[in-house]
Amino acid sequence: MNLKKTVYPYIPNSEPQVQKEMLKEIGANSINELFSDIPEKLLLHKKMNLPKPFLSEYELKRHIESILSKNLTCKENISFLGAGCWQHYVPAVVDEVIHRSEFLTAYAGEPYEDHGRFQAGFEYASMMGDMLEMNVVSIPTYDWSQAASTSLRMSYRITGRDEVIVSKTINPNRLLVIKNYCNPNVNVVMLDFDPNSGLVDMNDLEKKISNKTAGVYVENPSYLGSIESNGAKLSEIIHKAGALFLVGVDPSSLGVLTPPINYGADIVCGDLQPLGIHMNYGGGVAGFIATRDEKEFVSEYPSRLFGIAPTENSEWGFGDVMWERTSFANRESSKEFVGTAAALWGIAAGVYLAVMGPEGMQELGKGIIQRSLYAQKEIAKIKGVKVPVLQSSNYCEFVVDFNNSGKTIKEINKTLLKKGIFGGKDLSKDFPQFGQSALYCVTEIHSKEDIDRLVFALKEVF
Amino acid sequence: MGMNMKTKLRNYHAVCWDEPIIYELDRNGERAIIVPEVDKKIIESVGDGISSIPKSMRRKNLPQLPALSQPQVLRHYLHLSQENLGVDLNIDIGQGTCTMKYSPKINEQFANSEKITEMHPYQDESTSQGLLEIMYKTEQLFKEISGLDRFSLHPGGGAHGIYTISSIIQAYHKSRGEEGKRNEIITTIFSHPADAAAPRVKGYKIIIIYPDENGCPDIEALKKVVSEHTAALLITNPEDTGIYNSKIAEFTKIVHNFGGLCGYDQANANGLLGITRAKEANFDLSFFNLHKTFSSPHGCGGPGSGIVGVTNKLAKFLPVPVVSYDKGNNKYFLDYNSSDSIGKVKDFYGVIPVILKAYAWTMSLGAEGLREVSNVAVLNNNYTMKKILELRGVSMAFPEHKHRIEQVRYSWEKLAKETGINTENIQRRIFDFGTHYWTSHEPWLIPDPFTIEPSESYSKDDIDEFIAILGQIVKEAYEDPKKLKNAPYKSSVHHIDHDVFDDPSKWAITWRAYKKKYNGYFQPK
Repeated sequence: MNLKKTVYPYIPNSEPQVQKEMLKEIGANSINELFSDIPEKLLLHKKMNLPKPFLSEYELKRHIESILSKNLTCKENISFLGAGCWQHYVPAVVDEVIHRSEFLTAYAGEPYEDHGRFQAGFEYASMMGDMLEMNVVSIPTYDWSQAASTSLRMSYRITGRDEVIVSKTINPNRLLVIKNYCNPNVNVVMLDFDPNSGLVDMNDLEKKISNKTAGVYVENPSYLGSIESNGAKLSEIIHKAGALFLVGVDPSSLGVLTPPINYGADIVCGDLQPLGIHMNYGGGVAGFIATRDEKEFVSEYPSRLFGIAPTENSEWGFGDVMWERTSFANRESSKEFVGTAAALWGIAAGVYLAVMGPEGMQELGKGIIQRSLYAQKEIAKIKGVKVPVLQSSNYCEFVVDFNNSGKTIKEINKTLLKKGIFGGKDLSKDFPQFGQSALYCVTEIHSKEDIDRLVFALKEVF
Repeated sequence: MGMNMKTKLRNYHAVCWDEPIIYELDRNGERAIIVPEVDKKIIESVGDGISSIPKSMRRKNLPQLPALSQPQVLRHYLHLSQENLGVDLNIDIGQGTCTMKYSPKINEQFANSEKITEMHPYQDESTSQGLLEIMYKTEQLFKEISGLDRFSLHPGGGAHGIYTISSIIQAYHKSRGEEGKRNEIITTIFSHPADAAAPRVKGYKIIIIYPDENGCPDIEALKKVVSEHTAALLITNPEDTGIYNSKIAEFTKIVHNFGGLCGYDQANANGLLGITRAKEANFDLSFFNLHKTFSSPHGCGGPGSGIVGVTNKLAKFLPVPVVSYDKGNNKYFLDYNSSDSIGKVKDFYGVIPVILKAYAWTMSLGAEGLREVSNVAVLNNNYTMKKILELRGVSMAFPEHKHRIEQVRYSWEKLAKETGINTENIQRRIFDFGTHYWTSHEPWLIPDPFTIEPSESYSKDDIDEFIAILGQIVKEAYEDPKKLKNAPYKSSVHHIDHDVFDDPSKWAITWRAYKKKYNGYFQPK
């Protein structure tokens, strides 16, 4: 048996001689003595039953890579999946910047020794502000669902009303997050959509909105890809009732779609993942919240807000705006809570917007719409397949109806998978009214050949 | 000459680029990347695309983003990165409660593999077996590390973990018809602020326990406030003072006797791995910060992960899906089979890159290695404590606790009285030596506080260097306090005017807001 103590590469003081020196300095005989406050009965008197470790980096690499090799990626295949996580191209410069040790391993230092992190955060918010044409943007929260949930709670606090109206065409998983986050103080009422267009049912809104309504939340483009064309009308109805208009948006669309503030939105939220963050199996999401620069809005944010400030030497300085709002400062009297969330993804989104520039964002949006239209046009030529299902214009995503094919989406996607294609998201559970339909996603990463290959494969399915 | 090895002091200066705001670098017309061109045949087929958008929804003007070429964008961001101190660059033991430790580079390589980055959450499960296996095995590790029965990997940070715990507590009492009656959460003043803030979102009344004269949460105070209205106790142990509450099992017993649940905030777990667990102290729920204790880097404040563990009786309330294993078919799968789930707290399944890094780190250490992490974290802390207490003007809260777990909250109360120098003055001076420290969560019960947590990643020499810096500053405080008051001198920026941050007419949270409020350099419009 090897009795030599292991010296761990990540733990300098695992070396026995230095441990002895330090214990001597402390005046203790053993490390166990340092745990004297822990009662005997609470001590774990056994070694944890964990798998044998891979002490060498090489063995660890073999182990992890052998597990990961079981994955088949969206690069090795062609994927048409979206539904809240989208495959876009991530420029190399974005990864280069966020892999820097200084950004990757910093945390919560002060604006003096972490000046760069504050400036990068301020610039991310500024560039998002220009995409949204709004003057206040939060440091990222966990994801779009959290951002939407917080937007709804902000409307509850700002208006003092305790009912919110949420469109049925939002992401159904987001609705689960919202319902849990609103429970128990805020009542969530669902808003119907017009089955032909996929757009908000104005009559239903008029019916449900009242002087109890704090806010109305819609997504544009919707989960089903539709572009809402009645923004101004929505805004009018909502504001007439004294409620706030909350809009969730895919920021990659904003090079071509007008920012929601232009049709009356009061709070805008969404996900940064489309802006230079890899999909990471859904682990690359990060939420943003934006409003006008008015005290009654700013004071309701739970998130950190970085502001710009003068310094005694006329440099650009930074710091936290209205720190007293946060749970760091005011615990149970704060606005919701704040903590470690997704700051680095915010820096990534900032670098992405800087790389893309104004024209890049416009070209991105335009190219996505063109490819998406082309895909719909070509898929529509397949017998037994119906597209478009919704009579409205769309961005990036669209519903494809396979009800006349005699096959389920599950069966179709299984066949496509054999051909190296990840078919669209099955909608049959979340939107049973569409029967066997799927949500297809087309972005700038899809070439004409990729789309043609999908169409060819679909033809072969039937 | 390099650093003086005798005094252990460096002639440091922070990187100072005096970097413009990126908008000031705008060169209209420049490009940093070319967007993939749309095939001509697509354009012939569908036209310009834009005209398909309803007129009212078309963007009229280009966004006012800066336009730069690629080398200019990169240089700008590299300048900003250099004006930043991460764990990889400094002896980051001053950021107490945050468990600043080394994040192994090999784990970054794993997380940057296309086998994870290019995975979509709705891929067929047959194509994501590798990630599902990592997630499943991570849960198995944490079951043993905590002694609890089932984990959700969803929460995106520690505060989010506490929020998830609060949601589960509410669902549990609701399932027993006691939702309305059980409307109080008890926590302590030295627990993380989110333990008080997150349950408020769930509508709970928050009751705060203060420490007794020994620095532990006052058990008599708990007895007074616990009742049939108690939904749960949410508590950190050790608290941010580094003191282990030796009566913790009595705390959980008292709350259980009244039908409440007990949630363990394990943000401060770094000194307890393999030593004592949630199970032994009879906790029903707990969370771990994978970005702290389990080495995933902090990323300027995330992505993080605050995975939540529960006992069997609460497993049915966890967010969906969890990852299960079908032994017969040797398949991992996303398990939505839970009728009592709280629903979801986060999009998809959790912060996968962070989970992968934590798995790899744990698998590089094993049971003995994790125990060594805690042994050394506690050894480092007690050594640091001994050395810090030898400095003039410093004390620690509740000195009767001879040993501390992984961190200590100290006080400059005496130094402040004797020199007029407070902890914020010292905080600003320490930047001049290439490191930083944090004071304390609010409220400051301990006067002029600072919190030091020397995790296992720091050598004895590192600690000695940090102490030497503090020693030098103490010397200056007594000999030349004026010098301290004007610090920092060698930082990336000089004294910041904080007054603008609380004045709606002066604050600017985006560049467009700045341009609206000011001309030139902060000349009000």
